[in-house]
Amino acid sequence: MNRQDLKIYLEQNYPYCKVDDTFDFPLLWVDSEKLISTVHKLKNTVETNFDFLFCETAIDRVTHFELVYHLTSTKFHHDIVLKVKLENMDNASIESVYPLWETAELFENEIYDMFGIRFIHHPDLRRIMLGDEWPGFPLRKDYIDDINIKTL
Amino acid sequence: MEKIDISQPLDNLTEEFVVNIGPQHPSTHGVLRLQVKLDGETIKDIIPHLGYIHRGIEKMTESLGYKQFIYLTSRMDYLSAHINNEACSLAIEKGLQIEVPARAKAIRIIMAELQRLTSHELWWGSCAMDMGAVTPFFLAFRDRERILEIFEANTGNRLTFNYITPGGVMFDVLPSFVRSIKDLLKKVKNYLKEYDELITGNIIFQHRLKGVGYLSRELAISLGCTGPVARASGISCDIRKYYPYDGYEKLEFKEIINNGCDSWARYEVRMEEMKQSIWIIEQLIDNLPEGEFRTKMKGVIKLPEGEYYQRVETARGEFGVYIVSDGGSKPYRVKFRSPSFSNLAALKPITIGSKIGDLMASMATLDLVIPDIDR
Repeated sequence: MNRQDLKIYLEQNYPYCKVDDTFDFPLLWVDSEKLISTVHKLKNTVETNFDFLFCETAIDRVTHFELVYHLTSTKFHHDIVLKVKLENMDNASIESVYPLWETAELFENEIYDMFGIRFIHHPDLRRIMLGDEWPGFPLRKDYIDDINIKTL
Repeated sequence: MEKIDISQPLDNLTEEFVVNIGPQHPSTHGVLRLQVKLDGETIKDIIPHLGYIHRGIEKMTESLGYKQFIYLTSRMDYLSAHINNEACSLAIEKGLQIEVPARAKAIRIIMAELQRLTSHELWWGSCAMDMGAVTPFFLAFRDRERILEIFEANTGNRLTFNYITPGGVMFDVLPSFVRSIKDLLKKVKNYLKEYDELITGNIIFQHRLKGVGYLSRELAISLGCTGPVARASGISCDIRKYYPYDGYEKLEFKEIINNGCDSWARYEVRMEEMKQSIWIIEQLIDNLPEGEFRTKMKGVIKLPEGEYYQRVETARGEFGVYIVSDGGSKPYRVKFRSPSFSNLAALKPITIGSKIGDLMASMATLDLVIPDIDR
């Protein structure tokens, strides 16, 4: 499906999600409770077949977190972006997508390390880059780095 | 003293123990620590420990301008520095909707393919060295030097180039560029023959790789593998074919796919890819377009508010740059989707149950670059 067809298809089949656009891909806003059922449907429906998670990351929007999932299909080569809003910043947690894509294990470890977002049902949640003793979560906007002050 | 009956073989005496491979180990090609649980020689579990060379590049980009952070990307996958620079440049050009001159595009592709050649040559040497053959390592470095000489003459650097910038390339190539590339390609073709004679047909080498490190197609998709690792498992995923950039759509080349799924298949894919890179450069070098090498850019770039994702095919797979802009002169958030990070995940499933000697073969053919994993 090309981008326009995919957008129309998503609007018809996922009425509970808001369909939007980014510069490159169609964008689907998903509620955090409905994430697993939605991605399960996206992956296993024959028409969409989004079987490849090529990027998973988070953005700190100061008032909330955005989790960003970039999906593609190895069969049709169409792409989609999924976004989930996490309002509770102190105790952010969300269901892991590891059961659907094993690549999520490392991506989610990195997000936990850098943003402090917990993933439920993750097989081995740990701080892979910085280690457990590192104070704070560096990629949050409120993180203050006393040693390397660099503002241009 | 208790008497042990040794007339019967003792089957309960195996003890699980842990071996740390790395962070300073020649076969990890960098600072990666693998905590390997062993039962005798058989691998039971592998836990990779990263972060020894984590520099926080994603955090640094948030305090640098759009032209500045490109310099950092050369330090991630240092064997695909040109291609990483190209990805960032393309993402910024996409946001600003700038058209790059035809000459710059051609130079970019030639540089990117030369970079792929250097990377695969180095991989070939180090892969053979991991298998215990030392000579190929020196040959690979000798041959890579020929390409680095061209890089040094034209871009001023040997490893971290920062040659490809938003709008085109930093400087025009030298007048001798075309001739030197043609001479080089002749040499490289001979080198490839030499490689095949030396190692590819070697029965010991083949036995070390064949049937080792089996990565099925389904698993490779689930693990998010890209590049030669995925293509050796029968997945068609070449970014240059499916999402062409910088004029790859006008060029003729084959996407190398192998259904072998083992380390040997990954070896064969990379050897064939080198030939395709040569073929791509040959198509461009005879009619290098004349004209400008860079469009004029503003001193301070400000991307319109929004999100931009650009992916390119590096020597290791799909490299993605995800820029979130708030309209300011610095990016709000940048995520680098690096190929080695995802390919690392494949190490555990392909080595569990095999012998520890095969771990080196599997690691060598996954071709991990550690700074690319840690960023």
